[in-house]
Amino acid sequence: MISPSKEDLVTITLNGVEVEVPNGINAVEAAALHGKEVPHYCYHPKLSVAGNCRMCLVEMGTPMRDRSTGEAILEDDGSPKIGWVPKPVIGCATNVSAGMHLRTESDLVTECREGIMEFLLVNHPLDCPICDQAGECRLQEFATDYGRGFSRYIERKNVKPKRTRLGPRVTLDDERCILCSRCIRFSQEVAKDDVLGFVDRGSFSTLTCFPGKELSNNYSLNTVDICPVGALTSTDFRFKMRVWFLKETKSICTESSTGCNTIISSREGVIQRITPRRNDLVNDTWMTDSGREIYKLVKAENRILRPSVGGKDLPLSEGISSAVRILKDRKVGVVASCKSTIEEQFLTKLVIDATNAQVYIRGHFGEDDGILLSADRTPNLRGALINGLTDSYPEDHLNGLNEALASGELESLFVIDEDLLVSGVDQENLKDVDIVFLGTHSHATSNMARVVLPSFTVFEKEGSFINKSFIVQAFEQAIPGPVGLSSQVEILSQIINHLRVDSDPLDAKLDGVWKSMGEVLPDLMGDCDFRSLVKAPFQIDGSKWSHLDFVEKNALNFESVKGVQV
Amino acid sequence: MNAHLQERRIILKHADDPSYSNLIGCYLREGGYETLKKAFAMKPEEVGEEVLKSGVRGRGGAGFPAGMKWKFLDRKSGKPIYLICNADESEPGTFKDRQIMYKDPHQLIEGMMIAAYAIGAKQAFIYIRAEFHEGARILNRAIQEAKDNGYCGDNILGSSYSCDLVVHRGAGAYICGEETGLIESLEGKRPNPRIKPPYFPAVLGLYQCPTIVNNVETLCNVRHIIEMGGEEFAKIGKPNNTGTRIWCVSGQVMKPGYYEFECGALTLGEMIFGVCGGLRPGRSLKAVIPGGSSSKILRADERFSGKLKDGTEFDWGLEDIPLDFDGPASVGSMSGSGGIIVMDDTVDIVEAMANINAFYAHESCGQCTPCREGSLWMRKITQRMCSGGAREEDADLLLSVANQIEGRTICAFGEAAAWPTQSFVTKFRDDFIKKASETVEEKNSRKLQLI
Amino acid sequence: MSNPLNLSENTLSKIDEVVPKYPEKRSAALMVIHLVQDELGAVNDFACEWIANRLDLQPINIKELVTFYPMLREKPWGRKHVRVCRTLPCALRGSYATCKSFEKKLGVKEGHVREDGEYSLEFMECLADCGQGPVVIVDEKTYENVDGDRAEKFADLLLDGKLDESDEFQSYEDALLKKTEE
Repeated sequence: MISPSKEDLVTITLNGVEVEVPNGINAVEAAALHGKEVPHYCYHPKLSVAGNCRMCLVEMGTPMRDRSTGEAILEDDGSPKIGWVPKPVIGCATNVSAGMHLRTESDLVTECREGIMEFLLVNHPLDCPICDQAGECRLQEFATDYGRGFSRYIERKNVKPKRTRLGPRVTLDDERCILCSRCIRFSQEVAKDDVLGFVDRGSFSTLTCFPGKELSNNYSLNTVDICPVGALTSTDFRFKMRVWFLKETKSICTESSTGCNTIISSREGVIQRITPRRNDLVNDTWMTDSGREIYKLVKAENRILRPSVGGKDLPLSEGISSAVRILKDRKVGVVASCKSTIEEQFLTKLVIDATNAQVYIRGHFGEDDGILLSADRTPNLRGALINGLTDSYPEDHLNGLNEALASGELESLFVIDEDLLVSGVDQENLKDVDIVFLGTHSHATSNMARVVLPSFTVFEKEGSFINKSFIVQAFEQAIPGPVGLSSQVEILSQIINHLRVDSDPLDAKLDGVWKSMGEVLPDLMGDCDFRSLVKAPFQIDGSKWSHLDFVEKNALNFESVKGVQV
Repeated sequence: MNAHLQERRIILKHADDPSYSNLIGCYLREGGYETLKKAFAMKPEEVGEEVLKSGVRGRGGAGFPAGMKWKFLDRKSGKPIYLICNADESEPGTFKDRQIMYKDPHQLIEGMMIAAYAIGAKQAFIYIRAEFHEGARILNRAIQEAKDNGYCGDNILGSSYSCDLVVHRGAGAYICGEETGLIESLEGKRPNPRIKPPYFPAVLGLYQCPTIVNNVETLCNVRHIIEMGGEEFAKIGKPNNTGTRIWCVSGQVMKPGYYEFECGALTLGEMIFGVCGGLRPGRSLKAVIPGGSSSKILRADERFSGKLKDGTEFDWGLEDIPLDFDGPASVGSMSGSGGIIVMDDTVDIVEAMANINAFYAHESCGQCTPCREGSLWMRKITQRMCSGGAREEDADLLLSVANQIEGRTICAFGEAAAWPTQSFVTKFRDDFIKKASETVEEKNSRKLQLI
Repeated sequence: MSNPLNLSENTLSKIDEVVPKYPEKRSAALMVIHLVQDELGAVNDFACEWIANRLDLQPINIKELVTFYPMLREKPWGRKHVRVCRTLPCALRGSYATCKSFEKKLGVKEGHVREDGEYSLEFMECLADCGQGPVVIVDEKTYENVDGDRAEKFADLLLDGKLDESDEFQSYEDALLKKTEE
């Protein structure tokens, strides 16, 4: 997060205490900066302000001035007299300015919150025990703080549709909906898919999709994330798990070069869901639906779970020995990957150097949706540039490799992740080369490999990627990898150690890798170590590559000026 | 009848003249559009000055000085300016704008074109409630007549100033009378009122452009202000309560109807018992709602005392309250849109409350929590109370619910829904308590059903 | 533009006329809905889609309006639609009794359409003619002081198709029209 410069700060009085806050931010944010939570439902920092829930009512005042002289009016004790606005104001639509007085803690404010809470609950089904939102429900949380504890409501509750299929991934319970309109505003303002709306009016207003239409865009699950109550739920996650059992891990989405910040929720080593994590420079608070599905790779049928040599399962150490035999003192080609982490790519480069290998790398490209799914469908193409795996912009094939193979230039291939047979390489040309495959899932190429070294998915390891804006972002390990397997970093380190018997063995921990990277790439990585990267992403200067034709289009938080963020 | 109970008709001067129709010929015969010519000979800001000097207050309900409203207009934005006439007349008890539009539409058009010229409007709209089918037709025809004669549309009176006037029909929603709800509706959206700040119409109105929204009667007054001059107009009525007002009297009086008087020319008692011929034989006055159904009810036997703005002390009974802006306001209610609803002793006050609550629950747009849930809750409580399920604690509950709405909503509808309940329950607390012990016989003995 | 709603030339040309009156197309939504409803009696989902398409909007944008405004309908009223004002000023002058007697005479409950589609009855909120309540609107014409016995007589005339000729019940609109014609 970029902190505002000193000039942009103003002094306001929050609950009687003078504090500094950035000029013009709203009272909800200003109070939050100083540890005062102003409860709210409809307000969302990344959507337009609707002001409809009225939960964030606070008291606001300004120092009074004499109209004729312009001089401050003082109290008897000499302090400035504050002109309090007679009615409470909504914090979300009150922008702070110098000298403003705010009360987020007062009898009136508490009374307002209690009143709103009671109103929100009169027509609410109060079905927390069977509601999936329980545990992360703002209604439930604030009811604890501001609820009456008993109901004064003895009338019949409104009846609305329940368990409606709003789209392939989202289920709606209208009785729980508090009509905050977050989902509607999200659909209009972010997803640009205006399918949701309210029909009927007053207390009978009902959230719905136009008949025959669906909330099916690739951002639909964000409406579930931002729904402050249990109205919109994920059809996939529904009833799977109580959220308080979940362990949360910070991660980065690998779907494209956008690098959405995510949270992996898991229990006992099993991932239950992926949700977005706020980063105002990258994905705000959003992510794609498709990015949330990626965890299913962990248990995919074609996941490789045993190292093998010549089709025979062997312990990893024997696989590594076999790999080294194939790569040592031969004409080697290395197929590096834009999907690998910075650290893995750095080690890949060491393998290349140790074997004098030819290096090949391909890109994976698709449609750019102009929001968060970028045309570059790999998380770390820029990492490959920085690690020197390529000077030119990768193309989405390996035709060069195919030619090299055809002319018999190569004896061994070290393939990281890629399936050569869908990358323009003829099967015929692979007949006479020995392939070492390092990857997570099997495909035609891994099936042809002499040595198969399975490794961890992004969820089972830690590492970092460089996104389309040249922001370096780290992710942590969410779940343990399959028994008997190792991370790519570990495997690559061991291979390198075998290849470079005269050098000191590599430290296979990421701290060690970063130390080495700092030595090799002092300009770019010199100042950072992995542990601080985990805490805060950093921006690197990508201008060196500004001549390349990056494929990403203008999108959320991204301006496509040859890929360089300006 | 006393001489001072004679109406002074300015706005409705010709409305009920048997020889006067709503065609332009009649209007021109009576000096119509001469004031437009006068206005066009002035600078726009001079027109605005006259309106400011006149002290005319908005006739839509809030009573805000119209000249001041125009002053707030953001003229520096460079964006087009819009004028909207709020003809959504829908506050229960009010039926004055109907008379103007149906019977003397050109007066409104002339007033609007003067106002449009004064504020530099690019385009003007009349937002008329859809129940006024014929009203919209009359206005459209009148606009065409005005256009044919160069009083509206392109190059008005041969000048370089053009302003089209479009009649836009609502579709039966009370909330469209709230000016920002009206703007949303005119933009083709659900008429959810906007939050203020930041969306003050004078700065961020229609299409986020500076916009003035004035009531029908207010805009007609503009025409008369320019005709007679702001200072002269200010002599009508009383200071801070200038001009005439059209009072709409409904309910249980002998001669309900619309009556135009100088502000402060008579008292509420004189209106009810003089102008409107009093109550039906044998009946006594129970209560009066003085300014449309959202204004606070006044009990017939209440005493009101206090100080007026100018410092003079008063001690009034209901009948002594002067009919102007400040009179009903100084007794804790308001003159609102001028709709005086009279109730005699046949009225069951809880049923009347239930009737009003049903209205506000039906009309709440549902956008913001307190109004959406509170108005329906109050409706359900009073409905239950009138269906044999009343409890003594309901009075306090109603009051508490109303208090949780007031001052906490996006728009003034919150007050409109809360004020009736607050005042009914406070002033007729016994009636609400007694409801709990009402017998079926008592209930059935009432002839007048209100819910 | 194709015409799947089979709207008349007259309605289509009125729509073409009204849309450009507004600085932004969307503003014409209510007026276009009115025109479509005037001809079809209601605006169903299919009509919503057509209107949305005509105004470059999404169908939900139109359905949001049709379901919000009481005078917009997803299903048509009867061939003769009778509205009685329910709100306090009219209620104080007997509109509940008027509505009840209409229910009985016309054979339809308020808020409903008679089975044969001939009549529908609506007990609706304030019609802004409170001085002369109970106020009744039949289709587009406003009738005043329709209370007590007069309500029964009114219903009879309506059922006989003789309301228009009646001297006793001249509508607010007809009274004005007469003035214009004179």
